[in-house]
Amino acid sequence: MNKKRVCTLVDVLVIVLLFALIAFADTKLNSFDILAKILQKGAVFALIAVSMNLLNGFTGLFSLGQAGFMLLGAYTYAIFTIPTTEDRLAVYKYYTMTMADGTETGGLVQFALPVAAAILLAGLVAAVFAFFIGLPVLRLKSDYLAIATLGFAEILRAICQWKGLGVLTNGSNQLRKYPYFKSILPYFLISGVCIAIIALLIRSTYGRAFKAIRDDEVAAEAMGINLTKHKMIAFVTSSFFAGVGGALFAMYQNTIQAKPFTTTLTYEILLIVVIGGIGSISGSVIASFLYIACSEWWLRFLDADGVIPGVTRNGFRLVVFSAVIMIIVLFFRRGIMGDKELSTYRLLGGLTPKKKKEVSGK
Amino acid sequence: MNITLDHILAGISAGGQYALIAIGYTMVYGILRLINFAHGDVFMVAGLIMVYISASSLPIYVSIPIVLLGTVLLGFLIERAAYKPLRSAPRMSVMISAIGVSYLLQNLALYITGGLPKPYPAIPWISDSITIFGATTKRVTVITPVVVIGLVVVLVLLIQKTKIGMAMRAVSKDFETSQLMGIKINSVISVTFIIGSFLAAVGSLLYFSSYQSVIPTSGALPGLKAFVAAVFGGIGSIPGAVVGAFIIGICENLIKASTEMSIFSDAFTFALLIVVLLVKPTGLFGEKVIDKV
Amino acid sequence: MSKNLLHVENVTMQFGGVVAVNNLTLDVCEGEIVSLIGPNGAVKTTAFNVVTGVYEPTNGLVSFDGKTIIESFPRGKMKKAYAGENRGMYTHRIVRTPDKITKLGIARTFQNIRLFKSMTVFENVLVAMHMRKKSNLFTATFMLNYKEERAMRAEVEHLLSEVGLLDVRDELATSLPYGMQRRLEIARALATKPTLLLLDEPAAGMNPQETDELTAFIRYIRDKFGVTIFMIEHHMNLVMDISDRIYVIDFGKLIAHGTPEEIQNNEVVIKAYLGGSDDV
Repeated sequence: MNKKRVCTLVDVLVIVLLFALIAFADTKLNSFDILAKILQKGAVFALIAVSMNLLNGFTGLFSLGQAGFMLLGAYTYAIFTIPTTEDRLAVYKYYTMTMADGTETGGLVQFALPVAAAILLAGLVAAVFAFFIGLPVLRLKSDYLAIATLGFAEILRAICQWKGLGVLTNGSNQLRKYPYFKSILPYFLISGVCIAIIALLIRSTYGRAFKAIRDDEVAAEAMGINLTKHKMIAFVTSSFFAGVGGALFAMYQNTIQAKPFTTTLTYEILLIVVIGGIGSISGSVIASFLYIACSEWWLRFLDADGVIPGVTRNGFRLVVFSAVIMIIVLFFRRGIMGDKELSTYRLLGGLTPKKKKEVSGK
Repeated sequence: MNITLDHILAGISAGGQYALIAIGYTMVYGILRLINFAHGDVFMVAGLIMVYISASSLPIYVSIPIVLLGTVLLGFLIERAAYKPLRSAPRMSVMISAIGVSYLLQNLALYITGGLPKPYPAIPWISDSITIFGATTKRVTVITPVVVIGLVVVLVLLIQKTKIGMAMRAVSKDFETSQLMGIKINSVISVTFIIGSFLAAVGSLLYFSSYQSVIPTSGALPGLKAFVAAVFGGIGSIPGAVVGAFIIGICENLIKASTEMSIFSDAFTFALLIVVLLVKPTGLFGEKVIDKV
Repeated sequence: MSKNLLHVENVTMQFGGVVAVNNLTLDVCEGEIVSLIGPNGAVKTTAFNVVTGVYEPTNGLVSFDGKTIIESFPRGKMKKAYAGENRGMYTHRIVRTPDKITKLGIARTFQNIRLFKSMTVFENVLVAMHMRKKSNLFTATFMLNYKEERAMRAEVEHLLSEVGLLDVRDELATSLPYGMQRRLEIARALATKPTLLLLDEPAAGMNPQETDELTAFIRYIRDKFGVTIFMIEHHMNLVMDISDRIYVIDFGKLIAHGTPEEIQNNEVVIKAYLGGSDDV
């Protein structure tokens, strides 16, 4: 028991150290540095992947709506933070409104929220939508749920591009000129706090109820767990954090548009979750940094002409990528972490002779 | 709003093309209880095969069979490589595998095409322009429904009258029991994929003839719409999938006719899906399944 | 006779054209061990599923502790298709989901053991504590409910020691031997603090020795936890040994009811089990 405590302390120390390292990196790295960009994006995707894992890995709800909730978060953040009237006029070029006194203004929202408030609002908007989407959809079973959530995400994307809402969403044009973090640390802090909250939730009695639902719905219900309520809690919470993740993503990108929030984005996040291990928070975090680093940096050379003459050229990286993913899906179904968590205790435990590993799959 | 005969014709033709894809979904789902997310991409690959084959200026009566054969082979290989090893795995794993295959096919297509839209070759006769009731359209628009209905009739006969058809029906009713009865599950599943891919290939010939170019994501949206059609018609039911596909094709093109709402033409499909799932999850012709506790 | 705890009245369960349970009426009194037996089909489990809210009965009523908890009558398509008896006798519709039924004090086990397979023995039982928690999402997440959490864990530990599973508390539930899994499932059900415990074929797949142990165990928990037990079972030795009363159903209909001696000598029952010429 005591040994466990010490190990937990070491874990906390390691995390603090990591954050200190990031703070230090901020002083050394230019914000356009590739490493800085990867760390930022990695942090954002880590949060989104963990939020998806909460649903798919821990509650057993196969939802493919993550891109939709990110979209809501990103748009909410962008809409409510464009700072000045001039900026709004520039952004909402095609959607200006004439006020009572005859002045022209861009867009409908004529004020800007503080960044922190806007991030929170981004999460809340996603959560509210999730609640109303969840009411009908959560009654559906596995693959029907997947396809229905995917459908809702596509509908949300269409709505955001609709001219009728142009004064809010700027139609299919970009939203830009909103504030964003230039350094790496804020992304890490926000993402870190959110992931910690999800981890705590999973550790709590609610988290156990989620896992019970994942393992066996019928038995969970017979244990007095209200399925509708708990599925909804998981769905709304997951969407809240996907919304926050979306806001961070908007910041990372500097400009935002509905177009990239397609099903492919959801698939990408799902693949991160799978690589990390379905049902492992640390797995999702590790996998998202790995994934981002590989796709944006380490494997970039595969896209360069002539590295392997005749083979490497634009697009080859993604082919290698998807092949690797298929190998993981087929042969290493547990991913990096399986459903275990990375911790000092486990690392030390792994060193002792008692090694009883189960064989993955049949 | 300006609904013309053009839109209705386009709708019928799109519906027929979706129907050919939808049958693949509905048959696979009926047997494996799997949404074959890669099916739409198989359809796209069929389009690309045609693009590359025709570049080598083979005559049409050679290139079309190659397209059909190539697509069938692809469908067969996907099942063997990506789904068969996961037969006893949780359902989520198989679905993820399907998504992985879809991702792989799209990226391969992106790599091979270099991301440029590939113009689809004009197939003589069916790509010709004709005029009916004053509306000018390609001949493919008129042929599509005929081809679809013909193929569906053959397929239904195959399922109702032949031995393999009987095996398919048995497997879709009860996977385990039919295995115990000595039905070779794997060959039934392979045949299902082969038929599905074949129809998708025919669908791609018709579809791309009316849309002119192929891009790596060309299959994604028609694939999803066809799936919705399958659900709408009642998953597992072939006539259901066909009816569903025609309804979706027509409605979508009518929405496109209104410039104001055209952005929702894709979203409409999903809205329809959600309504169907909520109101009548078994679709128009589906059977009800009771969960066992 | 002591207080009537569970009262099932004229319950009919019809799936499409198939009448699975036909006009079933039975009572379980406080402190009793009552068995439901019958030679064929999934009829008995269906009856359990009606009582625990998994299925809504097509017609009939279930009351618990003097209060009607489930009531239904043929509606929709069933209006025409209903083939059972007592049509029109019930006019209210009261439905409860299984979790609500559990909260009222009816817990159950399953014929095909349904343990939470990714969890340890300890966690399996801990899950059952969730429904009685007072903490909310916020306090639970931020560990402000640590007192309650500690109490829950202590309670689970106590329960595990009482059913003799404390030694294996950190084992994965599904890695336990079969007999112990059954016992764990019962322990998990007991953790919801039921007044009535439904056991669905608790001795299925057990050898005679395990069955004997189970017989003693069921008696033990009845006395120790003061629960009333209503079970479905095929092992006649177990049923005759342990039951206060027995209900027999055949083809969905109640054919006999009485003490073990009465049932053993009942002509109709013997015929149902052995006599049918069309039945092997």
